[in-house]
Amino acid sequence: MGSTGTTHRTHGVDIGQLARGLAPLDLALERICMQVEQLRLFYGAKQALCNVDMRIPEKKVTAFIGPSGCGKSTLLRCFNRMNDLVDGVRIEGRILLEGQNIYDKHVSVADLRRRVGMVFQKPNPFPKTIYENVAYGLRIQGVSDRRKIDEVVEKALRGAALWDEVKDRLKDNALGLSGGQQQRLVIARAIAIEPEVILLDEPASALDPISTLKIEELIYELKSKYTIVIVTHNMQQAARVSDYTAFMFMGDLIEFGDTNTIFTNPRTKQTEDYITGRYG
Amino acid sequence: MDTSSISHHISRQYNQELEDVRNRVLAMGGLVEQQIKDAVQALTSGNVELAEQVITRDIQVNALEVGIDEECTQILARRQPAGSDLRLLVAVIKTITDLERIGDEAEKVARMGIHLTQLERPRNQYIEIQSLGGRVRQIAREALDTFARMDTEAAARVAQTDQQIDMEYEGILRQLMTHMMEDPRTIQRNMDIIWAARALERIGDHSRNICEYVVYLVKGKDVRHTSLEQLGEIARGERR
Repeated sequence: MGSTGTTHRTHGVDIGQLARGLAPLDLALERICMQVEQLRLFYGAKQALCNVDMRIPEKKVTAFIGPSGCGKSTLLRCFNRMNDLVDGVRIEGRILLEGQNIYDKHVSVADLRRRVGMVFQKPNPFPKTIYENVAYGLRIQGVSDRRKIDEVVEKALRGAALWDEVKDRLKDNALGLSGGQQQRLVIARAIAIEPEVILLDEPASALDPISTLKIEELIYELKSKYTIVIVTHNMQQAARVSDYTAFMFMGDLIEFGDTNTIFTNPRTKQTEDYITGRYG
Repeated sequence: MDTSSISHHISRQYNQELEDVRNRVLAMGGLVEQQIKDAVQALTSGNVELAEQVITRDIQVNALEVGIDEECTQILARRQPAGSDLRLLVAVIKTITDLERIGDEAEKVARMGIHLTQLERPRNQYIEIQSLGGRVRQIAREALDTFARMDTEAAARVAQTDQQIDMEYEGILRQLMTHMMEDPRTIQRNMDIIWAARALERIGDHSRNICEYVVYLVKGKDVRHTSLEQLGEIARGERR
C-alpha cells in the first residue's frame, strides 16, 4: 500500500487464494461416508432431534458441539443404533452408510457396529488382559489363528499409539493402565476390527491435559484411515482436532461447516454466541 | 457484530477486558489525532515549542501500543477467544500498529517543522501542508469513528477518500518540483515540505488500513489488497 494514486493493486491475481495456498475445505467436494436425512428422535413424548440433515465426510474429523441436552450425543448414538436400547425411543428418518439405510429392517445391528465403532467418555476396558481386550473383537468373529491375532493386536496397539507403552506387559490386566492408556486401549479395541467409522463420545473429558493431547494426536493420525465423528464439550478441542464442525441447539442442527469458518466467522448468531461464551 | 455485542459474555470479567482494550484503542486514536493536528500546526506556524511537544508525546503513543499489545496477548492466552472476539483482538493488534505509525509520521512532520524554522518562510505560508493536513486529520478521525461504531459502510466510504489524499499529494509534489526548477535556492525548503507532505500522505494509507480492519472485524472478510469497489460491496453485504 502507499503507492500514490494507483488502485490496481490486485493485477488480476486473487490474493486471498494465494494467501490460503491450499484450497479451503469444502463439504461439497468431499466424498460422503454417512448421510443423515430428516432424522427425528423422540424419547417418549419429548423430541430430542428435529429433522436433522447432514453429511459426514469420509476420512475427515467431524465434531459436534453444543450445550448440554442439545442432542449431539443422541445424534452420535444414532450412527450405530445405540439408541435402539433406550426405552420409549422412537426414531424417524434415515441414516445412510455408504448409501444404505442403517435403520432398514434387514440390517444386522452387530454388523453395523463392526463397521461403525464407538468409544465412550469413561474408558471401559474389559477386566481381562491388555492383549485379550484388543483380541476380543476378532475372537467373537471366530478368528482363532494365533499368528493372525498377534499381528492384529500389535497393529491396533500401534495404531492407537499405545504399543510402546504396553508391549512388555500384554498379559497384564487392562484395569492396571492409567485412564489415558485405558482410553487408547479402547480405541485399539475399536480399530482392531477395522471399522469404517469411529464415533467418539467425549473421549477425553475424563482425562488429564497430557493424556488429552495424546488422544487428540491419535485422532489426527486415525483420520487418514477412518471417518471420525467426535462429540465434545470442549470447544477448543473441537477447534483443534476437527475438519468440520456441527453446532447443535435444542435438537436442531444450527450450523455445519468447515471448522475454521465456524470458529472465526460463523454464519448464525446462535453459533457465534455459543463459541464466544455468550450463551445462557 | 455491532458495538453492543462486546458485552453479554457469561463472564463479566471477559466483557470488561474486551471493553477496556477497545477503549484504550480509542484513547490511543484520540492522542494520535491530536498529534497530527499539533504537528501540522507547529509546522505551518513555525512553533518550535509545539513541535517539540509532539516529539515528546510520541513516546506516549508508543507506550500505548506496547501496552495494548500486551493486553491482547494476555486475553488470547487466557480466554482463547473465538468468532467476533477473536476478530476484535486481531483487528486491534493490527490497528494499533497503524496508529503507532501514524504517530511516527506526525512526529516526522513536527521534526520538519523545526527544521523549516531555520529557513525562510514561503510566501504561501505552507498552505499546501495546511490543506493536506486538514484532509488527513479528517480521514484519521473518521477511520477511528468507523472503528468505534463498527460501521462497515462508513469504513468503505472513508477508505475511498484516501484516493483524494493521494491525488492532492501528487499535486503538491508537481507544484513543488516546479518551484525548485524555477528557483534552486528553494530546494532545501521544498524538500522538507515534500517530506512532510509525504508523511501526511502515509497517514492516509494507514487510515485506510484501519478501515479495512473494521470490515474484517465486522464481516469476517479480509479486504486488504482488494479494489475499492470490492471493498464497498463486501462492506455493504452485497458480497460474501
